[in-house]
Amino acid sequence: MESLKLRAEHLEVLIHAIRADGYQLYGPLLDNGAITYGEIGTASDLPQGWTDEQEGGQYRLKRRADKAYFGYAVGPHSWKQYLQLPRRPVWKASNSGGDLQILEIEEAPVKLAFLGVRSCELHGIAIQDRVFSQGNYSNESYTRRRAELFTIALECTTAADTCFCMSMNTGPYVRLPSDLILTEVVNSDTHFLLIRSGSPEGEAILKQLPTEIATKTDLKQAIEAVDQTAQKMRSGPRNFDSSDLKELLYRNYDSPIWDKVAERCLSCANCTMACPTCFCSTVEDSTDLTGTKAERWERWDSCFTADLSHLSGGPVRADTRTQYRQWMTHKLATWYDQFDSSGCVGCGRCITWCPVGIDITEEVQNIRAQEKP
Amino acid sequence: MKNIASLLHEHPFFHGLSGGDLNFLATCAENSRYKEGEYLAKESAPANHFFLIRSGRVAVETFVPNHGPLCLMTLQDGDIFGWSWLYPPYLTAFDARALSPVRCLRLGGKCLREKCESEPRLGFELMKRFARIATERLQAARIQLLDVYGPHPSQNPVQRRPHL
Amino acid sequence: MWRIERRHEEFPGTVTLALRREGHLEVPALPGQFNMLYAFGAGEVAISLSGPSAPSSDPLIHTIKSQGFATQALCRLPVGAQLGVRGPFGHGWPMLDGSHRPLVIIAGGLGLAPLRPLIYRFLQGQLPARSLQVFYGARRPQEMLYREELPAWGKSFELVTSVDHADTNWNGHVGVITDPLRVSAVNVKEALVLLCGPEIMMRFCIQVLRHKGVPASSIYLSMERNMKCAIGLCGHCQWGPHLVCRDGPVFCYQDVCKWFQINGL
Repeated sequence: MESLKLRAEHLEVLIHAIRADGYQLYGPLLDNGAITYGEIGTASDLPQGWTDEQEGGQYRLKRRADKAYFGYAVGPHSWKQYLQLPRRPVWKASNSGGDLQILEIEEAPVKLAFLGVRSCELHGIAIQDRVFSQGNYSNESYTRRRAELFTIALECTTAADTCFCMSMNTGPYVRLPSDLILTEVVNSDTHFLLIRSGSPEGEAILKQLPTEIATKTDLKQAIEAVDQTAQKMRSGPRNFDSSDLKELLYRNYDSPIWDKVAERCLSCANCTMACPTCFCSTVEDSTDLTGTKAERWERWDSCFTADLSHLSGGPVRADTRTQYRQWMTHKLATWYDQFDSSGCVGCGRCITWCPVGIDITEEVQNIRAQEKP
Repeated sequence: MKNIASLLHEHPFFHGLSGGDLNFLATCAENSRYKEGEYLAKESAPANHFFLIRSGRVAVETFVPNHGPLCLMTLQDGDIFGWSWLYPPYLTAFDARALSPVRCLRLGGKCLREKCESEPRLGFELMKRFARIATERLQAARIQLLDVYGPHPSQNPVQRRPHL
Repeated sequence: MWRIERRHEEFPGTVTLALRREGHLEVPALPGQFNMLYAFGAGEVAISLSGPSAPSSDPLIHTIKSQGFATQALCRLPVGAQLGVRGPFGHGWPMLDGSHRPLVIIAGGLGLAPLRPLIYRFLQGQLPARSLQVFYGARRPQEMLYREELPAWGKSFELVTSVDHADTNWNGHVGVITDPLRVSAVNVKEALVLLCGPEIMMRFCIQVLRHKGVPASSIYLSMERNMKCAIGLCGHCQWGPHLVCRDGPVFCYQDVCKWFQINGL
């Protein structure tokens, strides 16, 4: 089968085709000094020519020497904000004259499209799918929003220092299904996006685009760009063997490392907000002043709040030590028992956005080192 | 009519003791009965006896001013009561009152003490049995202090160790 | 919509509500399962079913202790008031097969509530158990559940009650429930033991049971964690590898003993 490429200046056509198909298109844009996700109207909304520098507790935007559209890694946002809404009304209730009525709030159907979904993020969505849609019960809001989702995936040609998808086997090559898959190639001679479809919907869009047949050189350049990303992570300090994480953490509930992390961790919950798979939520019930109308809202919650584990006598996990242990052990170990996969996709957001730079990969190594006699 | 040694042997406290030891101890023991409401022992009175309850129920109580008697624990068949005869000043710590007709074996404290002194092997055997029961009672008292069914077990003023 | 058909105050701060939904007869709840009860505007809380004994057209019975915002609101509701009910959820007590094992129930405080449907079933001759022993511990005699039913229960099976504190009017045990449990004659080889109460009380009872020789596979317990959504989606009731609402609340001790020993989990 022939490989196709889309010249960079034709990215606009892709964006237009998707929007013309009735999709609300979201993608990366510059906002508040970071590359976040938001609604995309044209290619000029994209952070072209920008990149990011990331380390534990650090994030800086930098100008690139080229005009790459996707020459950066993941930012503080993840796609979950569009699928598992940060805050949403669940139902309204009325109580007039002792007659209680509960009215479920049906969201209007929405067709979402995500532009620039990294492989780790596809894994993140797949993990949330297992949590929200594949058990005995499902989160209806998530499932409906997810059902019509159109993804334009992206093979990473840039990795931040905090990226460790290689260790978690979630990237940078796109292996999970996606409607369209892009690989950006940019150098002094050329700037194009290798493009392939992974679904009939993707194929239908692809057919509308002014694609060209990719040459062997084009293909080679694209493969090399992604290989180079993989190589960077493989040789970086955050490369580790994740095959025994469940057993490692199950053995180490009493590790003194938890006390050490607790000395630094602020229980601020940033990691759980930035994480593409963290799914904890809570509900808030309220009434109006007349006491006849009530509402229930669902919003994101975090295992770093004492309220999450609150029982009548007090919270089960009241201190930072047990909260961090819960978060990390859930992510890397108990998730396997609950949902048949790791809860971590190696995107590195929790490292970058931790205000004190706590690094999950470093803590894994600390626990492992502590264990050795 | 069973002799005292075989009655002693029937009580869990003496299970597994040799016939020789039981006969040796039997000379300290007598069979006794209490009517409902009668006291087996009174707080601060000389601790003359070690009790083995064969049947019936006994309340261990203390009198609280402005409240009346407060029950600390209840004892029943197979339980023992009273070891204040073991050490000076040989005074009973709490009241023990029969909640129902009680049949028990009563061993003279002084007699038992002297036998243990003269036969340290047997003395140590009995000490281990006392220690175990005292430990169980201590553990039970600690759990009671936790007030586990109360609204805030964690706020009970029991000294808590971290990671207990 | 569900309506309160009867309301009974067990003791100050704890009420038992009988709930009925007009036009609905089938209530497919099993002993040990729970419902989410919603008090208008105040919130929702997981409450186990304390009756009836089997799926039937009888009203749902819930025993609620007034503790937080939602339970306070539920406890205040009068007869005739409406409330929201979602459920039933979770895995209940293991159903006895035809082996007619002796059944031992150990309950502490409010923990008697989710076990009462099984007791009812035994009294109705519908439980394939050879015998029933019930150990029930509470704080004070005045804070025991179902006090008016206890005398009849005591005539039908071995019922041992114990309270932590009592004045001289109380005729039962004073002390912790582990004391009578320790000295009781339990058929340790065959008995199926069901436990529900404060986690700390269950821990001490399990120590005694294991010491007596009851296998871990014969002990079942009902865990309490903060259950918010009740359907495994909100993450509140995480307990090691388990989501208590989804995988429990009743667990076999053998399957969870590792997690049961970890503090702050």
